[in-house]
Amino acid sequence: MALIELNKNGIYCAEADVYIDPWRSVDKALITHGHSDHSRPGHKSYLCTHASVPIIKHRLGSKINIAGIGYGESIMVNGVKFSFHPAGHIIGSAQIRAEGKGEVWVISGDYKTENDGISGCFEPVNCTHFITESTFGLPVYKWKKQSKVFDEINNWWSLNKSLGKTTIITAYSLGKAQRILHNIDSEIGKIFCHGAIAKMNNAIRNSGIPLKDTLLIEKESKPQDFAGHLIIAPPSALGSSWMKRFKNVSVGIASGWMMLRGARRRRGADRGFVLSDHCDWDGLNESIKATGAENIYPTHGYTQIYSRWLREQGYNAQPLETEFEGESLEKKEE
Amino acid sequence: MRLFADLFLELDQTTKTNEKVAALSEYFKNAPDQDKLWTIALFSHRRPKRTVTTKFLRQWAAEVANIEPWLFEDSYHIVGDLAETISLITPKKTKSSSLSLSDWIIAIKNQVGHSEAQKKEFVIDAWSSLDQEETFLFNKLITGGFRVGVSQKTIVKALSKLTGKEENRIAHRLMGSWSPETESFKHLIVDDNPKDDLSRPYPFYLAYAIDKEIEELGAVKDWQIEQKWDGIRGQIIKRNNEIFVWSRGEELVTDKYPEFENLKLLPLDNFVIDGEILPFKNGKPLSFNDLQKRIGRKNVSKKLLLEIPVILMCYDLLEYDGKDIRELNLVDRRKHLTEIIMTKNEVIIDIPLHLSQELVFQNWAQVTNAREKAKRDGIEGLMLKSRMSTYKSGRKKGEWWKWKVEPFTIDAILIYAMRGHGRRANLFTDFTFAVHDGDKLVTFTKAYSGLTDAEFLEVTKFVKKNTIEKHGPVRMVKPELVFEVAFDDINPSKRHKCGLALRFPRMKRWRKDKEAEEAGTLFELKSLLEQKQSRPLD
Repeated sequence: MALIELNKNGIYCAEADVYIDPWRSVDKALITHGHSDHSRPGHKSYLCTHASVPIIKHRLGSKINIAGIGYGESIMVNGVKFSFHPAGHIIGSAQIRAEGKGEVWVISGDYKTENDGISGCFEPVNCTHFITESTFGLPVYKWKKQSKVFDEINNWWSLNKSLGKTTIITAYSLGKAQRILHNIDSEIGKIFCHGAIAKMNNAIRNSGIPLKDTLLIEKESKPQDFAGHLIIAPPSALGSSWMKRFKNVSVGIASGWMMLRGARRRRGADRGFVLSDHCDWDGLNESIKATGAENIYPTHGYTQIYSRWLREQGYNAQPLETEFEGESLEKKEE
Repeated sequence: MRLFADLFLELDQTTKTNEKVAALSEYFKNAPDQDKLWTIALFSHRRPKRTVTTKFLRQWAAEVANIEPWLFEDSYHIVGDLAETISLITPKKTKSSSLSLSDWIIAIKNQVGHSEAQKKEFVIDAWSSLDQEETFLFNKLITGGFRVGVSQKTIVKALSKLTGKEENRIAHRLMGSWSPETESFKHLIVDDNPKDDLSRPYPFYLAYAIDKEIEELGAVKDWQIEQKWDGIRGQIIKRNNEIFVWSRGEELVTDKYPEFENLKLLPLDNFVIDGEILPFKNGKPLSFNDLQKRIGRKNVSKKLLLEIPVILMCYDLLEYDGKDIRELNLVDRRKHLTEIIMTKNEVIIDIPLHLSQELVFQNWAQVTNAREKAKRDGIEGLMLKSRMSTYKSGRKKGEWWKWKVEPFTIDAILIYAMRGHGRRANLFTDFTFAVHDGDKLVTFTKAYSGLTDAEFLEVTKFVKKNTIEKHGPVRMVKPELVFEVAFDDINPSKRHKCGLALRFPRMKRWRKDKEAEEAGTLFELKSLLEQKQSRPLD
């Protein structure tokens, strides 16, 4: 039996009786990061990075039994050594390394290779077995440098401001929203946040990670109060009644899916910015190579296609059918 | 190319006509004349002849991207657009190019007669000197099909803004068989042209679908009731013994329907008729499918003219003896219309004008029956027009109504799915449906429209999880989902395995309440056809 196997509850290490990002209730869960498809409610105990603790508590309630661990620190569970390593996906995100029975496994969780300035810097970890995400595992997905994308976003906001328009950008409440906040040019105007994002920001600030000040959208505010300013909203706000209160708006979506013209047009937004917290094609290939692993297990995304490609490159690659929501075109997309 | 790429990006980023017009006007101000002309040509479906096949483009793209052909093809199926896939998959540009849109078009044209190796060198060199958006457009120049939601009207508006000329005049100038290779922007658009006024059409008066009970319209005798013809709306102008044919959407289509040149033989001149261009042979209308063979053609062959001749089913007169008579009521306008059509009887040569006959009823119950019968006869419905109505511009409520027949429907099982293109790339949207035939399933139609994006997304998830077989881009799925498929007409067909062909099939709704066993049968479809055929057309 291998050190890590998949069962109905999730990715499992029998030797230590520990799960990684399980999707059904278990006793011991190691969590890569705070997104809802990776950290689910109902486990008896949670272990994650220090920075993830307040995030997961904010999402799942303060009563859960949760402990934090530092990057690079390790714990022994029944002879298996587990450690957490930066994944660069969102604040607190980690890859989890497991060593035992002469095998070294790394479960990537979600990750990206470009340092976004706020999510830590991805480090390839040497291993023999690598479970990798493959959300954007197709050669058409190639990201521009983050600085270029933010130039585009800043220019768009400035243009809207000159036209007296309100700028609304949609981004996932955990991760993308803070990344935008961290990198946007706040000299252009005021920054407002949707309630869900404001609450998440506060949870993160309370854990000692500084974020720029943002304003709340008050009930009694009028559409003209937002003219020239920026509002960060979750993707679920698109087309909602919440959105209708703003007039004369330009709406942008920040997501890796915006790479494709069809996806941009289908959303009916004014602008699509290609900004993802996942690896692009080159990022995946380089990261896999850097781990030195021979056995690769792509999880969510274009797993079949990507596995075939890896096999042709000489890897021993098999898709792993997890319940993570890598490829998703819905509102909660990343 | 950069200027054109910026324009394309701007057009692509907005759905608002005003913003599109503004982007085009700005472009027309700055672009070289020859580029302007090509832009107009490309957006009105005049594209240069294809000199490189897509088979080669795919092969070369995979090669320069250093990937196997299967990975290129899989990526293409997911992206849903060949030009875009290539632009995303090929490496970043390594040099720059200052060639304009027209320069590139000429370069592409010049590939005619070149060897495969020469073409390959040219294409790969282009990819490495253009950025992603420019590469996309370069590929589109080769493969054709610019879908940016720019209508002829949008272009006309922008040019009208640029030149200060009336929109109708511009529209007229853009019609016909000009080519950017032999035409200049100045001659086509800017210079004065005395023919502008002669060809000027009137805006069409359009009817709404009736939104009330038929009895609420008042007395039957106050309404002129006609069959709703299944062709394309058209306006025929005869002025100074010249003929112009306009279709709805203000497109000048004179060249496509040379039949109407015969109107020159009528002694009357200076009139404008509103009616329906219909395929018509041996005293009967042909099907809309037949007309489609004519609509698509720019140059009509003699054979096609004999096979599918058209007429104008006339229902209104807007100008008579050089005078605008739109303010007269329908009764008076029709009197003049009848006069014109009567004079044709005095001419020996066939003039393709027919009068849309008035249907006479005593009460609304009879009208309702006629509509029911229309469905069985494969007729679209009825038109109801108030006898007192003047001829208005655009879609107006109150005096003109269309009363369409309800479509046929059948519950059908989804068995094949394909990804859509363009806006619907990455979603499974192109479906093939089957009905029961004993213990077998037999396919009978495809349908692409009628579901919301959210529903398409849900079906897409189903398709991904329930694929039985893959044949290239086509997925065969578990026969589980049932949809109510609506269609306007049903006819026998030798081309289809089931022996039937539907007109305008679409998904009316997703029957989540139904199991596959409860879906319809081939027998049901055949009985619909028999019912229809047992009623002779009168």
